Amino acid sequence: MDTDQLIRSLAADNVHRAPRVGTVLTMALLVAAPLSILIFATFLGVRPDMMSAMRNPFFDMKFAVTLSLAIPAIIVSLHLSRPEALLRGWGWLLLLPVGLLAVAIGSEAMMAPAMPMTMRLMGKNSRVCLFAIPAMALPLLAGALFGLRHGAPSRPALAGALAGLLSAGLAATLYASHCTDDSPLFVATWYTLATAVVTAIGAAVGSKVLRY
Amino acid sequence: MRGREDEWTGLMRSAMAGDNAAYHRLLKAVTPVLRAAARRGLARAGQSPDQAEDIVQEILLAVHLKRHTWDSEAPFAPWLFAIARNKLIDTLRRRGRRVFVNIDDFAETLPGAAPQETASVGEVAAQLSTLPQRQRDVLQSIAVEAASIKDTAAKFAMSEGAVRVALHRGLAALTAKLRDD
Repeated sequence: MDTDQLIRSLAADNVHRAPRVGTVLTMALLVAAPLSILIFATFLGVRPDMMSAMRNPFFDMKFAVTLSLAIPAIIVSLHLSRPEALLRGWGWLLLLPVGLLAVAIGSEAMMAPAMPMTMRLMGKNSRVCLFAIPAMALPLLAGALFGLRHGAPSRPALAGALAGLLSAGLAATLYASHCTDDSPLFVATWYTLATAVVTAIGAAVGSKVLRY
Repeated sequence: MRGREDEWTGLMRSAMAGDNAAYHRLLKAVTPVLRAAARRGLARAGQSPDQAEDIVQEILLAVHLKRHTWDSEAPFAPWLFAIARNKLIDTLRRRGRRVFVNIDDFAETLPGAAPQETASVGEVAAQLSTLPQRQRDVLQSIAVEAASIKDTAAKFAMSEGAVRVALHRGLAALTAKLRDD
């Protein structure tokens, strides 16, 4: 087939309309979410003292941190699904959770400590956290990668890393309602480690499957 | 260059609004520019320019299948050149070279002439033979024999919808085979 012939077939296929990447990503995440929720409901569940915990600002802060990771990661991943897009000018969005955590750690440090620092940092759930977040993130990561495959990222590994960040952010949001460790030091340590694992998986798989 | 690129953007807007003729014209207009850039990229990597046409066809397929990622408020050329650059880098990397492709390769390029030898069996043509029968028939009919969707449907006793599906799936399958090869 020569190039003119190929062009003719492409023009004939112009009637085909593909949905937007954002639409496909949303649908894929909605399909994956029940799996993550099932893992949550089966093995974790909401912490028993949920009602009283909600009066603790550090409990609420966990959700602010995880959502400030998930939502900007979704926005940036959609931006990068365009081939000419650069991370420059958008990357700062991903620093939002870092800033929030820094503020939270600072305000906790100014309060009379309820527990010694090492206890707050180590918590009671560090090992659960390290397994539960990646486990709940994996279905979402698969969905995110499926959705982003519909795009045309120029840097597949970077796009895959963002899929990892967004799925870890969503999984951590679920996990935050289970975990009784509310210290920002705990979140900064263990949530970050769990997120790093998921992000690394996303980058590795993305570099393969997000090429177009 | 500015005028040419504005014209491309206008054509692409019409194409996205459903104007197949504008789309056809756009693809014809960008092809010589892509060809010249592909040749230059190959030459810089110390490779024979013979494969330029394969790269051009791969770029065109990617442009086609990813055109929903183009923002109709944005100029078309940077989007096109980003895809072209990615495809060129991919192709050269598959051949085991580390390369650096400059975006100016595409932006400041004079159109390249069509290859004299158009009957060469390129990679797209080679992969075409590996497609399922129905997709191959439909592609052959529309691309090579220049039949319309309607005529193709009549010829194979298919509905026009089924022809459209086979055409699109065929193009998507070709792209996937070229990428994963």
